[in-house]
Formats: sequence, structure tokens, C-alpha cells
Amino acid sequence: MGDPNKVTIIACSGDLDKAYPILILASTAAASGKEVTIFFSFWGLFILKKNDGKLIGKDWMTKMLSFIHRGGSDRLKLSQYRMGGMGTWMMNQVFRKNKVAKLSELLDMCRELGVRMIPCQMTMDAFGMTMNDLVEGVEQPVGAATAIEYASESGINWFI
Amino acid sequence: MADMTLDARGLQCPMPVVKAKRAIDSLQPGQILEILATDPGSKADFAAWSRSTGNELVSATESGGVFRYEVRKKG
Repeated sequence: MGDPNKVTIIACSGDLDKAYPILILASTAAASGKEVTIFFSFWGLFILKKNDGKLIGKDWMTKMLSFIHRGGSDRLKLSQYRMGGMGTWMMNQVFRKNKVAKLSELLDMCRELGVRMIPCQMTMDAFGMTMNDLVEGVEQPVGAATAIEYASESGINWFI
Repeated sequence: MADMTLDARGLQCPMPVVKAKRAIDSLQPGQILEILATDPGSKADFAAWSRSTGNELVSATESGGVFRYEVRKKG
């Protein structure tokens, strides 16, 4: 059995409604004294993208993908009920009204609490992303074998 | 008497717990952190958080929609 004080999260989604539970669970686990590691893969990497709205990519296809999914924690969209942007806008309004923290604030919290944030090398290469495209405090990219090693040592493993 | 008070009224999960962690880090072992919150979920959460961290939840009360917790730092 893994160590109950270690938490590993595989973050594969760049949707607003997945990014919230990822960052809420990670920050709360860290605040509860646990060692937390999040591996960001595929669209999950776009949670770590800077909020500057810049396009990333190395050719027209990766640039196009980054245009469709602009990324940055404050630009994420709902996975469903988007209604041409209305859904996401309303969700954010409701959260602001209820004083729910912004995703960028939760990311800051995670960083402050020592949550390790590790991007997937393969996805970074495929999307043509560089460390300069990502927010501060992100560790060097790794591959799946590293994620497996962390997961096998953790008592709590989530795939979100 | 509490050694420090954290006003987490109006904040939603996970901020009361995250701020409590920060606040208790600045206290000495044995000192008491008082937390005020309005999130009803905080009732279960501060009990769980205290168990996870080893700090002691000394009291949990409610009055007029405000929850008040006292947590003694472990050590």
C-alpha cells in the first residue's frame, strides 16, 4: 500500500469544471500536511499556461490547436453547456458572487503550499510548448515512468 | 483566549482550510487559532483537517450563521 500522506493527481483535462476539483483537492491536501504531486498531461497542461493569451506552437497545426484551446487558468471553458460562451460566463459570474476563488488564485495557493506541478514531456513536445509558455513554479517535464513511480508510492491516486 | 483569529467569513471551500494552514504555521505549538467561517461545509472540514494534521479541534460552535472553531496547534 502506498503512503497515505502522499497524493498523486493526473490532470488530463483543461476544462474549467475539472480544473476546479484538481486545484481544490491539491491545495486542500497540501494544507492538510500531505505531499502532493500533480502531473499535467494533454489538455491538462493548458491549466498551467500563462494567462497572457499568447498562441503557442511550432507550426500551423499546433498554432491552430492553441487557438481553439487558448488555455491559461482564467480562460478555461466548461466541458458542457457552453452555449457559445454564455455558459462559462455565467458559471464564472456565479462563482464570483459566491466568492469562490479564481483558478489562478488556487494555482498560486498550490505553489505556496508546495504542491509539485509537473508537466508531461510528450505533450509539451507535441504541442510545441516551452517552459516559457507556462506559469512560474512548474518543474521540468517528465515521462509516464516517473508518474508511475510517484503513483506507486502514493496512498491517494486520482485521475481527473 | 485565542492567540490568533482568522476571519474566513464569506469564503468558500477550500480557502478557509488553506488560510487556516497558513495561520497555524505562524503559531507556536500549544497556541490556539480561532477561526470564524460561514461555509456550512467547514463544520465537517475543520474536524477532518484537524485529524489529518494532528492539531486539536478544541471547540466548534455556531451562532447566528457564523461557525467558530478553536484549534490548538500540535506539538
